[in-house]
Amino acid sequence: MSALLRFEGVALMRGGRLLFEQLDLALEPGSALHIGGPNGSGKSSLLRLAAGLLHAEQGRVEADPAALADDHVALDRELPLDRALAFWARSRGNGAMTAMGLEALQEVPVRILSSGQLKRASIARVIASEARLWLLDEPLNGLDRDGAERLEAVITEHRASGGGVLAASHVSLPGAWQRLELGR
Amino acid sequence: MIEALIRRDLRRAFSGGAWLPIVFFLLVAILIPFAIGPDAQLLARVGPGVLWVAALTAALLPIERLVEPDRADGVLDQLFLHGVADELTAVAKIIAHWLSFGPLLIAAALPAAILFGLDSAALWRVLVSLAVGTLGLAALAVMIAAATAGLPRAGSLAGLLLFPLAIPLLIFASAYGGGGGAGALLLEGAISLGLVALAPFAAGAAIRAART
Repeated sequence: MSALLRFEGVALMRGGRLLFEQLDLALEPGSALHIGGPNGSGKSSLLRLAAGLLHAEQGRVEADPAALADDHVALDRELPLDRALAFWARSRGNGAMTAMGLEALQEVPVRILSSGQLKRASIARVIASEARLWLLDEPLNGLDRDGAERLEAVITEHRASGGGVLAASHVSLPGAWQRLELGR
Repeated sequence: MIEALIRRDLRRAFSGGAWLPIVFFLLVAILIPFAIGPDAQLLARVGPGVLWVAALTAALLPIERLVEPDRADGVLDQLFLHGVADELTAVAKIIAHWLSFGPLLIAAALPAAILFGLDSAALWRVLVSLAVGTLGLAALAVMIAAATAGLPRAGSLAGLLLFPLAIPLLIFASAYGGGGGAGALLLEGAISLGLVALAPFAAGAAIRAART
């Protein structure tokens, strides 16, 4: 099987500053890569490159269609959570909400959810998108212990079914990850 | 996805600010006769042009809610990730915006025209000019909303962009409404169509540029 994501000699500039250059990476189906590094080292920008939202200054980026969970929740605030998620879901059913422990919040409007609940909701949005490549930006931010355990479980399941995960985080993530440090 | 996006934008418009531009349009139309005085002939003569100026100012109101909330919330990014080209997002937004703006404005022009004492022929011409022109206005509004999304003082900037760009539309629309021939309507239609054709590309490029 071919890689879900491949960077070849990639350089990225943001605001006139070189964040990284000559970056190579490949993400095979079933694997998970943790991008580490200090604040401002370009972790989130790397995810946005992989998503196709930014373009590399140099080098080549090849990526499967991806699902991204960053700090923009992209759920309509006035809608109940299940309807807001349904807008993005490729398939019917509440499997994604159940997996993230959101069943009890189905009818709750998005605008009154806490930041941890919103993080769970944006991970549920990624699951429901059915993309093989997951891009998670600081996935543990705001999650409690239960949320972190559920995240680990859905990532394990996604990898077992041939998906790949690229996560940017400055803290260590539960489970088995390859690591790539930026800003060294 | 496009259909779902149009339905979503319509729902948000009608549960939010879709009525505001219409009320604003009617208020301006009510103010003018007070300012000009009870000269029926004069009112009937300036009526079509004044209604068009009112329509332009009303078109400015919704601009801030058309693109910026979706940019700030990551909805535009997610649409792109779901395989919707930014140009297509703009098309959906233009359609949804016209549906929530054009028909209501045309309906509101009826009572407004009565305030100006327009006869039935003039009323009909104003309604036709609005039906044709609001398409171009909706396209222009989405284009400007995308170009100013995320900028400070976007609201004032949008006004500075909208009014000059709408002048060609205003000229031919109020010329037809004020008794000009079919040529004025054809030119208005051409400008309106030109804006509709240009807007998705300009708005799409603006959405992309806002990401960097």
